[in-house]
Amino acid sequence: MLEIISGFNLSNISNILAENAWMLDKVTLATWETIYMVAISTAFSYVLGLPLAIILVITDKGHIMENLGLNRTLGSIVNAARSIPFIIFLILLIPLTRIIVGTSIGTVASIVPLTLAAVPFVARLVETSLKEIDWGLIEAALSMGANTWQIITKVLIPEAFPAIILGVAITTINLIGYSAMAGIVGGGGLGTLAYYYGYQRYQTGIMWVTVILLIILVQLIQMLGDKLSNKIIYKRR
Amino acid sequence: MIQIEGLTKIYNAGGGEVLALDNVSLQVNKGEIFGIIGLSGAGKSTLIRCINMLEKPTAGTIRVDGQNISTLDKKDLREARQKIGMIFQQFNLLSSRTVFDNILFPLEIAGISPKQARKRVQDLLDLVGLNEKARVYPEQLSGGQKQRVGIARALANDPKILLSDEATSALDPQTTRSILKLLKDINRQLNLTILLITHDMNVIKETCDRVAVIDNSKIVEIGDVLSIFSNPGTPTSKSFINTIINKEIPEELLHPSFIGNEQMTSKLIRASFIGASAGEPVISGLVQKYDIKANILYGNIDRVKDTPFGNLTLELIGDPALMGQALDYLRDNGLEIEVL
Repeated sequence: MLEIISGFNLSNISNILAENAWMLDKVTLATWETIYMVAISTAFSYVLGLPLAIILVITDKGHIMENLGLNRTLGSIVNAARSIPFIIFLILLIPLTRIIVGTSIGTVASIVPLTLAAVPFVARLVETSLKEIDWGLIEAALSMGANTWQIITKVLIPEAFPAIILGVAITTINLIGYSAMAGIVGGGGLGTLAYYYGYQRYQTGIMWVTVILLIILVQLIQMLGDKLSNKIIYKRR
Repeated sequence: MIQIEGLTKIYNAGGGEVLALDNVSLQVNKGEIFGIIGLSGAGKSTLIRCINMLEKPTAGTIRVDGQNISTLDKKDLREARQKIGMIFQQFNLLSSRTVFDNILFPLEIAGISPKQARKRVQDLLDLVGLNEKARVYPEQLSGGQKQRVGIARALANDPKILLSDEATSALDPQTTRSILKLLKDINRQLNLTILLITHDMNVIKETCDRVAVIDNSKIVEIGDVLSIFSNPGTPTSKSFINTIINKEIPEELLHPSFIGNEQMTSKLIRASFIGASAGEPVISGLVQKYDIKANILYGNIDRVKDTPFGNLTLELIGDPALMGQALDYLRDNGLEIEVL
């Protein structure tokens, strides 16, 4: 590990990149793979996690569709899924990934474990945002004769929207971290690049390039999330 | 318009049962403003929430315009709720929508065509005087403006009744007055039945035709506001009235003064009169007929809704044998007498 860290200096990186044009292509491709993997997984995790969050909220005690049996069951499943470390989750899901994608290696295959690992996280994140909403707003909608669907689409989601956007940024950033982990077991993207070239072949420059790219990616996403969320909040003021 | 019979609500809280409403019955007539007053925890909030089934009654029936609300299925209940407007202490406006879109909200729920709905919102904005705020978000409004939006929203689907849940309790006195005036105007213009709950006797005094006093989960008194003001039948009612009428009397004046004559007695009374009946000749009659002196400790003339309502706190000094007759004389002259 020590020689990896001590190998870090900027001229080293630019030299490596300049001398190895093929490396630049590799880095660019890996970056796109990471962005692609994470974007699709985030999208899918919300497709599944958002409805799950809504069900968790509205079936809770005293809410508009109270169903404690369903609520406790879903809650336990979510907790169980969240307590499995991602690296084990990856391995456990290999058979399922094979069924869905046909292979367990590569960028597309990574989307399955990434999505499924993020769903319970998204569910809890969105659930928290939805529970922040003042019960008075739901009561007002009920008093006007709103049905469950109208309360979900016209009250819960719009009112929690700024918080949900921030949650998307947090989820995306988490998934970037997970995607690097998936990379180690052949998931593609910056993680694979860093592991194969940076670690196994002692090309420390590559290692640092991927780290810097990941940092930039995370910063950009957090900034974008904050900006969007604040824009909505300011508009409402 | 609203008939409540034998309404009982029991909450199950942490293994124990809490009786929130105990066999409550009352009737609200069409076109009147009916007030329910009680301290916090008395059950008034539960009572108003039972009328649109935000709380499910444990027993009893509630009819709105003849329709039994408590037995409706979900779909029919939603339709019935569209015809029961409600305004809230905390306004409960959607922060994600502009004023215009907040008022549009109940019309969307009712499935009114967008074109018709937008026209309706325009009319409602005119009614509550918020036209220039249509494109603004609720966060930018004052409390009074927010409640005006709340009122416009509650009126959107032409409700049969309007429920007001402590609608002015979060507002300052001046804003409270303007909101109460708006409610009175709406009541008059649209002949809309209004049921309001409050802990503030001023709200009852300024707006209501009739009032029910709720204490400890029970209705202890129902009547028109004027007669309850002049002749409260229960200690609870009395204490509510005292919150706005008697508080100006200094404590030491409530104890009869030292007379220095054993043949004389002193009595403190409160005399109240409604409408145009005059106090002055009656009191001079006391002196002439019974040789009883009246010392005026406190007097005021107030307005209960639109009727003048006067109050005199008197110390009567005179022959004990004549005191009873004197009080009867005052009562015969249209005064309500309460011996303090």
